Amino acid sequence: MLSITHYLVLSLALFTIGVVGVVTRRNVIIILMSIELILNAVNINLVAFSRLFGVVGGQVFAIFIITDAAAEAAVGLGIIIAFFRNRETVLADEMDLLKW
Amino acid sequence: MLQELYIFFKPHLLPILYALVIVLVLPLLAGYVVLLERKVMADMQARLGPMRVGPHGLLQPLADAVKLLMKEDIIPESADKWIFWLAPLLSVTAGMVAMAALPIGPVFQIANLNVGLLFILGIGSMGIFGIVLGGWASNSHYSLLGALRSAAQLVSYETAAGMAVVSGVILGGSLNTSVLVNMQSEQHVWFIFVAPIGFFLYLVASIAETNRAPFDLPEAESELVAGYMTEYSGFRWALYFLAEYTNMIVVASIATTLFLGGWLRPFASTRAFNFLDYVPMLLMLLVAGYSLYRAPKQPVPVQKMVMVGVAGLCFGLAAILGAPVFIKTGMIGAMMPGVHGAFWFLFKVGIYLYVFLWLRFTFPRYRFDQLMKLGWHFLIPVSIANVFGVAIASYLHRSEADGGHGWNLWAAVLLTTVITFVIAAILAKKGENPPRAPLTAEKF
Amino acid sequence: MNIDAISFYFFAALAVVSAILVVTRRNAVHSAIFLVAALLATAGIFLQLHAEFLFIVQVILYVGGIMVLFVFVIMLVNLDVAARQMQFNRMWFVALCLTIALGAQVYMVIHYAHSGVMEALFRLPPAPAAALEPNSELIGVSLFTEYMLPFEIASVMLLVAMIGAVVMAKRKV
Repeated sequence: MLSITHYLVLSLALFTIGVVGVVTRRNVIIILMSIELILNAVNINLVAFSRLFGVVGGQVFAIFIITDAAAEAAVGLGIIIAFFRNRETVLADEMDLLKW
Repeated sequence: MLQELYIFFKPHLLPILYALVIVLVLPLLAGYVVLLERKVMADMQARLGPMRVGPHGLLQPLADAVKLLMKEDIIPESADKWIFWLAPLLSVTAGMVAMAALPIGPVFQIANLNVGLLFILGIGSMGIFGIVLGGWASNSHYSLLGALRSAAQLVSYETAAGMAVVSGVILGGSLNTSVLVNMQSEQHVWFIFVAPIGFFLYLVASIAETNRAPFDLPEAESELVAGYMTEYSGFRWALYFLAEYTNMIVVASIATTLFLGGWLRPFASTRAFNFLDYVPMLLMLLVAGYSLYRAPKQPVPVQKMVMVGVAGLCFGLAAILGAPVFIKTGMIGAMMPGVHGAFWFLFKVGIYLYVFLWLRFTFPRYRFDQLMKLGWHFLIPVSIANVFGVAIASYLHRSEADGGHGWNLWAAVLLTTVITFVIAAILAKKGENPPRAPLTAEKF
Repeated sequence: MNIDAISFYFFAALAVVSAILVVTRRNAVHSAIFLVAALLATAGIFLQLHAEFLFIVQVILYVGGIMVLFVFVIMLVNLDVAARQMQFNRMWFVALCLTIALGAQVYMVIHYAHSGVMEALFRLPPAPAAALEPNSELIGVSLFTEYMLPFEIASVMLLVAMIGAVVMAKRKV
């Protein structure tokens, strides 16, 4: 009925949507949200394979990814707040201080 | 086709029935908790409380519900309509979904999840969204400030509550609520006696989790109008209110399951105390008798009829509670664990809620920075120390065969509780403000 | 049409629709709400895969922690000005190329499922659900025995992230 293909397709779909969001949007916060989508797609993949092989390592790896995502979201949002305080903008196009 | 549908749904029919009962009964129950709060508040303030609407105010919740439903639905003009509609819905849904895993009795449980306790905690943490989005959507300073303060408070005390729960789970050995209660039955001791500091920490953290006094700054009337609920009126406000009281019941249920023995009778495994099995029935008969006694003294016929109705209801409940005790065989006798379990569970939840109400009308409110300081500087370190303490006590008590030391339970508990208490006392002393210099007039 | 398939299709549809709405909304708060829906749908997929501990960890950490942080920051960073500007930059061609590349991968996955090198992998029946029961205990045991080092490193990493976030957001360092 449900084979591993279903989960792979779902994971790829979410991954694609996340990548399009990261590449296309200007608002940095929405870029961060798309990154969270990408991480979730990877998690679905890991857990699906963990179920296929009957090994618990995939789920443990997924837990570490969730932990990682939390840490990265915290630091990333801290950076955004600091930048917003200085430059009053959250659009990625306008964050060009290092551009020559 | 119909046959197939029936076979598909059959294992789920009973949980669906329980879910329907909970969803239908819950608003009524929350309304009566509000009435109870007003009566207890009145009692502690030496007055009577609502007396007019029904006999002793018993129909007050119905009057409140009708009023709230008939109020005009005002949405601020520049508010985000969609989020304004969604926010109370999120709060109420989170509260009600959390009730899906409550172990009200050995059989009366919608879903006996393997991670039941964590499920209730996790879904409860989704209620924060309803608050934050409600404050944001109102497009008003007071609402936003109240929402952010409330969310910060909830997030801070969630950690402490979680670690207090962890200390209970160490003793119980599983996150499954049925297993937790069965372990308390097997070890013949409620976990509150083994982890008293854990229970106290959970009590304080749960009061803060539900935005109740003395931690209710975000919704205090003299501070922020009504915080995130300012712009909500009528039925939307009723939904927020319902969510708050549902959260109170959920939090009380977690504490009951984990620390107070769940659906167990006091002294559940001792035959000498079997006379306690008659207590539920006697209690209901007492209430019914009192209602009948007061019925003729009511001023108005409607109130007389309501009192007689209440008496009839209590007699019916007494019959349901008493029948399995007297008829020990057959289907009626088999009902006993379920029905009595539900009674003891609700009784303990009621006691916990009464403590909530008691604390509300006793203590003054904490200022917001004092609140955050208490959460981060006192509760979290003490809860970490408590986890260590309970783990050490459990290790010392376990028999030699299981890898422990086989100490007496009470010796291990006493040792670790004293150590944790000393740590808590040191932290409390450190957190006090230094004595200030005396003011000029104090010298005289 | 058993409960497995129904719940999978339901949660998958919810996840994909919510994800599309996340990347296309103009208002950041709306995006955040749809991301919450997508994360809850992912949690549903975990539950459908019999990974109950991961389901509840996803709800507590992602939805109850990370998304609350996102919503806080969106409220602190006043986005009215940003909402009135152009939302999409000019990289749509790059996004299209990436989509085609990833779509080609999807096609290859489905192609190999029916023939070719990896057919054996895709024909593999899933291990019995009982292999991963009791889920929480198995994960706990493996976290404390086999994956002890990553566990400790993750805790140090969280400490570093905490310090970093506090330093980043302070007004005067």
